[in-house]
Amino acid sequence: MLPRFWRKIKYRYNLVGTKCENCGSIYYPPRNICPECRRKSRMVEVELGERGRVVTYTVIHDVPESSKLMKPYVVGIVELDSGARVTAQIVEDPERVEIGSRVRAVFRKYGEEGEDGIIYYGTKFVLDE
Amino acid sequence: MKRVAVIGAGMSRFGELWNMSFRDIVISAGLEALEDANLEGREIEAMYVGNMSAGRFIAQEHVSALIADYSGLASINIPAIRVEAGDASGGVALKEAYIAVASGIHDIVIAAGVEKVTDVGSSSEIMDSSIDKEWEAFNGATLAGLFAMMARLHMHEYGSSEEDLARISVKNHKNAVNNPKAQFRREITVESVLNSPYVAEPLKVLDSAPISDGAAVLILASEDVARKYTDTPVFLDAVVQSSDYLALQNRRDILEMRAVKTATRKALKLAGCSLDDVGVFELHDSFTIAEMLLYENVGIAERGKGHEAIREGVVELGGSNPVNPSGGLKACGHAVGATGIRQAVEIVYQLRGDAGKRQVDAETGMAVNIGGTGATAVTSVFRR
Ligand SMILES: [Zn+2]
Repeated sequence: MLPRFWRKIKYRYNLVGTKCENCGSIYYPPRNICPECRRKSRMVEVELGERGRVVTYTVIHDVPESSKLMKPYVVGIVELDSGARVTAQIVEDPERVEIGSRVRAVFRKYGEEGEDGIIYYGTKFVLDE
Repeated sequence: MKRVAVIGAGMSRFGELWNMSFRDIVISAGLEALEDANLEGREIEAMYVGNMSAGRFIAQEHVSALIADYSGLASINIPAIRVEAGDASGGVALKEAYIAVASGIHDIVIAAGVEKVTDVGSSSEIMDSSIDKEWEAFNGATLAGLFAMMARLHMHEYGSSEEDLARISVKNHKNAVNNPKAQFRREITVESVLNSPYVAEPLKVLDSAPISDGAAVLILASEDVARKYTDTPVFLDAVVQSSDYLALQNRRDILEMRAVKTATRKALKLAGCSLDDVGVFELHDSFTIAEMLLYENVGIAERGKGHEAIREGVVELGGSNPVNPSGGLKACGHAVGATGIRQAVEIVYQLRGDAGKRQVDAETGMAVNIGGTGATAVTSVFRR
């Protein structure tokens, strides 16, 4: 069971983060204060773009109960061209994914609570070719 | 600040303790520590207990009171405090106990850690709650998966291999053969590690520490009080805790454990020594890659050369920087909240010369306990 409010987080579906106007750092997920500037920070929302590259990745074999139908799956840390980093699934054949691969964000299902339960959606990535 | 000494140490067996309850496990460790310190029990003034997730593992909260009660300390009405910091809970409990004595508020306190993992919850999913559930776990990452991403990046950038990681597991199993409290007291081979199934590529089952039941206890006292109980105390000269971004994605350098670097640097400074003085290490090997990254972030190896430390044998029992003579989390078992204290107990045994066939000759020892992928780190420095 996931906290209900998570479904309402728009940032899960749209790659929108925050930029600190004081130091220029970009964060995803969005933050209310910049962890580098703290009280001096001035945070504004920014579109992060949907393209980036794979910083590192793994293929998960020992999968959580909630994701067992997807076994095995690829998950990685993607650095968007805007500089923000996102941990997300990469829906591709594991053999085709490499460190440095160019990827693009897509909107996909992440899981569901039981047969009739709520379906969770979020951002995943595919190879950008 | 008062100087803090260890006057007693004890631990339960680690492993799948089917016939022992949470209470039995913690009491078995506590009695051993009291006996070791030759205390009756009423001398104890406070207790700090590291425990990550009793609420989910055994559906019991308020374990501070439970432990005080069953260890016979409720009748003297001492404060008992539960401490949670993921799998660094034990290390942080040790830090809280250290502060209590160093500050002069208490003279004799217990630093304990306990976890019973096999009654209710699914242990791997509970372990995943030490990562960012909302932005890492929701999106498919697991604790093993994040360490696997670090391993993949290290291999890509520095040419380490799956064999190097396997060697760390082999070393720790070899050391555990001589540790009567360890869960796995049998040697394994590089081939068996490489042939075990993947958990998250490139990490395999035998790169991963088992999630175990167990408890460990240290009794700390101020130096003047300690002298009444022992002529040869082991001193706890520093315990420093640091934090880092919870989610790995937010650390600009995925292979740098800044919490470990900060805690270790400060602990050495506080203890007034350098890394060269440290003769024995217990480093948090929840996964083999964690131990390898700790070589680099603690400073045993240079950045990008952690795999050379295991290839060249400097971290073996007979090497210049022996790491995990106990067998580490991998072979002792990772009783989550107990681990930080269990590491400290091993260092105390080593410095007292009580480590039997796994004995290392050292005057100074260091334990490093991390939570999750390194969002919490605790470095302790002990001296005899
Ligand atoms: Zn800023």
